[in-house]
This record gives sequence, C-alpha cells and structure tokens, in this order.
Amino acid sequence: MSTKYVDSVSSVESTAHSENYINAKKGLMSWIVTLDHKRIGVMYLGSILFAFMLGGLMALLVRLELIAPGRTIMGPKTYNQVFTLHGAIMVFLFIIPSIPAALGNFMLPILLGAKDVAFPRLNLASYYIYVVGAIFCVASLLMGAADTGWTFYTPYSTTTGTSVVSMTLGAFILGFSSIFTGLNFIATIHKLRAPGMTWGKMPLFCWGMYATSVIQVIATPVLGITLLLLIMEKVLGVGIFDAKLGGDPVLYQHFFWFYSHPAVYIMILPGMAIISEIIPVFSHKTIFGYRAIALSSVAIAIIGFLVWGHHMFTSGQSELAGMIFSFLTFLVAIPSGIKVFNWVATMYKGSISLNTPMLYALAFLFLFTIGGLTGLFLGTLSVDVHLHDTYFVVAHFHYVMMGGTVIAFFGGLHYWWPKITGRMYSESLAKIACALTFIGFNVTFLTQFVLGSRGMPRRYYNYVDQFQPLHAFSTVGSWILGLGFLLMAFYLLASLKTGKKASDNPWGGVTFEWQTPSPPPEHNFNYVPVATHGPYEYKS
Amino acid sequence: MNMFLLAPFMPLQGSEYAKSVDLLYEFIFWLGVVFFIGIVGSMAYFVFKYKRVGEPRNIPQFSHNFALEVTWSVIPLIIVIVIFFWGFDSYMSNRIAPNDSLEIKVYAKKWQWEFEYPDGTRTLGEFHVPKDKPVKLIMSSDDVIHSFFLPTMRQKMDVLPGRYTTLWFQPTVEGKHQVFCTEYCGDGHSEMMAELTVDSQDKYKEWIENGGLDKDTPLDQLGARLYKSRNCNTCHSIDGTRIQGPTFKGIWGRTERITGGTTVVVDENYVRESVMDPNAKVVEGYERGVMPTYKGLLKDREVNAIIEYMKTLK
Repeated sequence: MSTKYVDSVSSVESTAHSENYINAKKGLMSWIVTLDHKRIGVMYLGSILFAFMLGGLMALLVRLELIAPGRTIMGPKTYNQVFTLHGAIMVFLFIIPSIPAALGNFMLPILLGAKDVAFPRLNLASYYIYVVGAIFCVASLLMGAADTGWTFYTPYSTTTGTSVVSMTLGAFILGFSSIFTGLNFIATIHKLRAPGMTWGKMPLFCWGMYATSVIQVIATPVLGITLLLLIMEKVLGVGIFDAKLGGDPVLYQHFFWFYSHPAVYIMILPGMAIISEIIPVFSHKTIFGYRAIALSSVAIAIIGFLVWGHHMFTSGQSELAGMIFSFLTFLVAIPSGIKVFNWVATMYKGSISLNTPMLYALAFLFLFTIGGLTGLFLGTLSVDVHLHDTYFVVAHFHYVMMGGTVIAFFGGLHYWWPKITGRMYSESLAKIACALTFIGFNVTFLTQFVLGSRGMPRRYYNYVDQFQPLHAFSTVGSWILGLGFLLMAFYLLASLKTGKKASDNPWGGVTFEWQTPSPPPEHNFNYVPVATHGPYEYKS
Repeated sequence: MNMFLLAPFMPLQGSEYAKSVDLLYEFIFWLGVVFFIGIVGSMAYFVFKYKRVGEPRNIPQFSHNFALEVTWSVIPLIIVIVIFFWGFDSYMSNRIAPNDSLEIKVYAKKWQWEFEYPDGTRTLGEFHVPKDKPVKLIMSSDDVIHSFFLPTMRQKMDVLPGRYTTLWFQPTVEGKHQVFCTEYCGDGHSEMMAELTVDSQDKYKEWIENGGLDKDTPLDQLGARLYKSRNCNTCHSIDGTRIQGPTFKGIWGRTERITGGTTVVVDENYVRESVMDPNAKVVEGYERGVMPTYKGLLKDREVNAIIEYMKTLK
C-alpha cells in the first residue's frame, strides 16, 4: 500500500501553520461560549486536572494519617470525610470524564476526519453541567463534607448528619454531563466518519470511545434514579432503603452497582483505547488482532452489565446469585486478557522507540496485568469472602483504575500534547516523572495486597499494631508518587512557554490527527480527509 | 499447609476451611505469577530485542493469526472456569452449618458487638467457643450495615438491620482470634472490634457456667481489659484527648458540670448510673443519646472492675 492515508482534496497549505484553533479567535468570551470541540476538550482538560490535584491531595492526607496507628494529623470524622472526598472526586470529577470528555472530545472528531462532534451545543452544555455538578460536590466540602465513602451505602448515608444530599446531587448532575458526551460520541461515530472510513478502518480509540459511550448512555440513568431515591428517603423520609422505614438496604447496593460496575468499564475502556493507539505507533507496526481488540471492547461493555453482584458476595445475597455473578465475572476477564495478548504481540518484530508515551504504555501493561490477575482472587467466591472490603480490594482497584486508566490517560496526554498545544515537553524530565510515578505507585499499592490478605479492613482510621510497617511503607510510596506528578505539572506547564514547536507528526503515526498541523486549524483539516486504508498500515 | 512460602501473606489458619481457602489462594497466586512473567517477560524481551535503531526499515507487517488468537482465548477460558468451580465448591462447603452447631446470636450496633448464648449468657466485645465444635452465628444489626470478619477463619458476612444473616466456623486452634467490622459504619468503624477466644472443651464449660464472667483476674486489670473489649475506648480516651465522650484521664473524683446546670462528683454511684442509664446525667458539651446503655451487658463484677480501673487513671 503506497497511497497516503490522507488524500488532500483541496489543499490550503499556506495558512496551515499560521492559524489554528487557539489563535483563530481571541478573548475570554471566545472560550466561554465556544462550540469548538477542541476548545471544550481543553477546558475539560484543565478542569479534570484540577480535580485530580484536589483528589490527589486528599489521598496524600489519607496516607499521612495512616503512617501510624491512632491519631496522626486528624480525627476519625475528618479522616472519613477526607477519604470520601478522595473517592468521590477521583471517580466522578476526574476518572469518568478524564479520557472521554477531555482527550476524547479533542481527538475523536479529528481521528474520524470530522470537523466537530455531531452536536456542538450539546457538547458545550455537557461541560457546563459538569461545572455545576462539580460545584455541588465541592460545596459539600464547606457544608460538613459527606462521610459515607463514595458508595453512599444506605442506611448509613441516610442517617449521617453530613452533607450527603449536596454530594449526591452533584453526582446526579454530573451524570447528565456524562450522558450528553456519550450521546454525542455515538452520533458522531455513526454519522461523521470521513469518506472511506468504514467501521473496520476506524482507529481503535474510536471503538473504545464507542463502547464507553454506550455504557454511559445506558447505565448512568440508573445511578441518577438511585441517588434521587436516596435523596427522597433522606429529605422526605420515604422508605425505600432504610429497614426502619420498611425499605431494603441491600436494594440500594444492587442499584448502585448496576451503574457503578459498568462505570468501572466507563473508566478502563478509554484507557485501553489509548493504549491501542500508542503501541502500534511506537512499534511502527500494524496492530495485532484489530478485530479482536475492537470486538472485545464491545464484549466488555455488554458482559460488564451483568456482573454487578460480585461486589456483594458477603451482602447476604443468595448462593445462586453469588454463583451466577462469579461465573460471569470470570467471563469478562477473557476479553481483557485478549487485549493484553494482542498489545504484546503487536510489539513482536516491531521497531520499538521508547518515547514517553510508550513508557506509559509499557507501565500500563505491567500494572494492568497485575490489576487484572488480582481480579481473579476477587471473582473466586470463597477467596473473595476473605478479601472483600480489605486492602486487597483497595490495591486491586487502584492497579486497574490508577495503574490502568490514569497511567493510560497520562500516556495519551503525552502522546497528544504536541498536537493539542503545538509544543514539545522536555523528554528527559518526562521520563524521570514517568519512572517516579511507576515506582511510587508500586511502593504504595503492592504492599496493600499483603495488608489485605493479612486481614486489614479498608476505610479504617485506626489499625492494630501488626500492620504498621506495611502502612508506613505504603505512605512513603505516596510521596514518591506525589513527587512524580509535581514534576509532570512543572515540565508540562513549562513547555507551554519554552517548549520547542512541535512538528505535525512527531511520532510517525498514520492516523488523521498526524496529517493535520499542530495545533490543528479551527476546522481540524485544511482539506477534506479521505481514508484510503486502515489506521495502522505502516510502510514496511 | 502453606506450601509455597506464602505464610506471611495470610493470617493464622484457624480452621480446616481456612486451609482449603488458602490452597485455592495459592493456586491463583502461582497461576498469576506464571501469566505475569509470560506477559511482562515477553514485553520486556521485545523491548530489548526490537528496540528502534535509526529509521524503521523492513518491519514485517502482519495483522493477525487466527490459530494463535483462538489458543490464547480458549486456554484462559478453561483456566478461569476451573477457578470458578473450585471457588464455588469451597464456598458452598462452608455455607450450611451442621445441625449440632453451637448457635450464638450476634447483635451489632455502632460501634460494638454483643453476643448472646443459648443459656442467656450475654457478652460484649468478646466471646468464647469450644475448640472443634461448629459454631453458627445468627447476626442482625440495630442501626446501619456492619460486617463480621474473622480473618483466621477466612469468614465474613454483612450484618443488616431488619434481617438475619448467618456465618459458621469450626475452630481448630485455641487462643485469641481477632474480629473486625468490615462494612464502613462511621466514626468508630475502625474501633469496632471484638475478640474470639477458642477454649478447650473443659475451659469453655467452666467459662459458660460462670456466665461468661472472669473470676480470677484482679479488678483493675480486668477493668483495663474491659475498657478495650467493651469498646469504652471508642469514645473515651485515657490520655486526655477529647473523642465522642469525656476522657477517663483523671476522671475519678472530678467535679463535672452536667447539662442543665447542676454538677456531680465522679464516684462509684455516678459511674454505675452512667453505664446503666447514660442519658441521666450527661456532661456539659457532650451530646445526649450517643452512648448506649450497658444494662444487662455488664455484670456487677465487671462494673466494679471498670470503676477500679478508672481510679488508676490519674
């Protein structure tokens, strides 16, 4: 295949490098009311990174308190509020919107060869709904922050005196933002692909976004309804979940996990989608098993709806339910495994360059493999009974959510940073930060598998003395991790001022975004892009 | 039966069931190690072997291999189905308690565990069972959801308001075993512990005939133990820190201001009244209704022990 992936139909090369989406319009208003998916993506990016910083500070406080048993820096009530805020901010304000709403918003239309998403106004609305939801969440901080854990289990959440209503209302509102983004992406992928781009020629990032969007649209309303019922019970005293009012507390857990387990896939599928872009580019090789990776995303999205009960093996649900949920949980492991095998196989006989995005992809493979394999312990009924609600679970989901999604997000951020900002960051500092993050992460969380196996329960303010050495070790890891992120913030911000100008295609990719200038022009392309072959067809 | 050096990963094996769970844990562990080495090892090898030098040239472009892909889908599928059946089988083996089990009722509330024996003996924060006898716990909660976790028996079950849940175990190792609450329940969650003592048959018989009462330990030492096991420590510090309730440090003989304007000197009668009827005289600045009554839960000798212990906290 010698044809170019992009055929220039009408070339306007002369203006390509002078005018771009950043300098096309000037002034604050041009950002606030923009309908450009790229600008909305950038505003989302700023917001979620702020949320990440806030949630990260909470995490450091939690770890610091746990460095020794008993009181270190705060009392039990404050501790409970801090870990609740950490979880709620990270889940609702950071991870869920991170890849789809920030990077996806920016890249998806360009990867498809479109001028914008299908509904630009809906896109802007979703951003402002996010802002309003975020205000409610953060406002709860000032009104006696919720102390329920991000799961808001009843009847604790309906009886505690803290501001659960503000927090859940925030999550309820954020749900709409998530649904709007999902709807928009589904329509965009169906209707706005460039001429010649069949489903089979679509970059895998778009497949991942598609699967994610389907879950967002179908699952999120259930969370909305659940949180609304919770608010009704708390404010109006309608008996739904509280046994004292004739309700059923376990019903809440079913409702909650019916959303929140699929939500785990809302979080991880976009991460996988980014890895599927990075590995072929930096291996200079066709992705291995395109069809298997694309369809496994869809399989995960479907089976992911049927496994929520594995969060409830000790809740008193029936043995039959436990058996079915355990079995389906093991089934959902297979498509994830297939993806990992395909990524590794893509590297076989490639030409592997170790730029920062690839380092993040390799870190992802390492950490996600641990996250996935430790999931086998938790899907196994009798072993889960011992490990449930211990630090083993904490370690497991941090390996998947942070070692998986967050690492992939930063991989994607470094991969597309030159395209988004038009600037290159310091490669050497970026590699140091990546190494610090990787080491710090493992020091923090690998220890927690041992803590959990030995019986350390989660959400504990205080603990028995035998757990102290491991807790202290884990806390030290959190400092290394914090240092890595601090360094990253430094060189990324510095690159905006002093970074050297990025070329159109710094990594040698063949998807659409690398054929247009960095940063892209207002309408993404100076010509009508046409897909003449697949997204990973490199010249050999 | 920790065959593969994983002993430091797991708590003591307090029952035969615990051993069977650990065996499965180890199987999954070593299986995971094999897969991890396979995946990350190949990745590391490829990075080393195919590192880019200069411009990429003559890279073979292949897009799939049907046989390989079927293999790496089917083999893991078979493996996870094996793990599923093994896990289900061992789970079911420990769901139905034998008919001759010793049945103990467990009541959970913020933030303490209460136990009631068939003969009416009630204990708080600690319970005894005979070795080798199956024990069935029938549990319910007074307020929010709690979860009863016995790490040494590898057993855990949520404890719900308005419903009974059960859990059983057959202890084979004498001595003390830790109980944790593992469903988040508020400020005292991490202090909501209890202690299981597995006694020899004879020692258990003696303990239950004494109504669960310790007759030998000197009063102040017993008081120090009860301060923890009866969860006084959740709300009352002994180092002067303010938690939910007034500190015990220097409490004896102190004159306290009572909500409503009167005062009271802390003596035997005030302590006894506060334990049995906590809302009668609440110290100013503290909330009513936080402390539960211990009426029927503490025996006379135990109240005396706590009083003697308080006297030592200068």
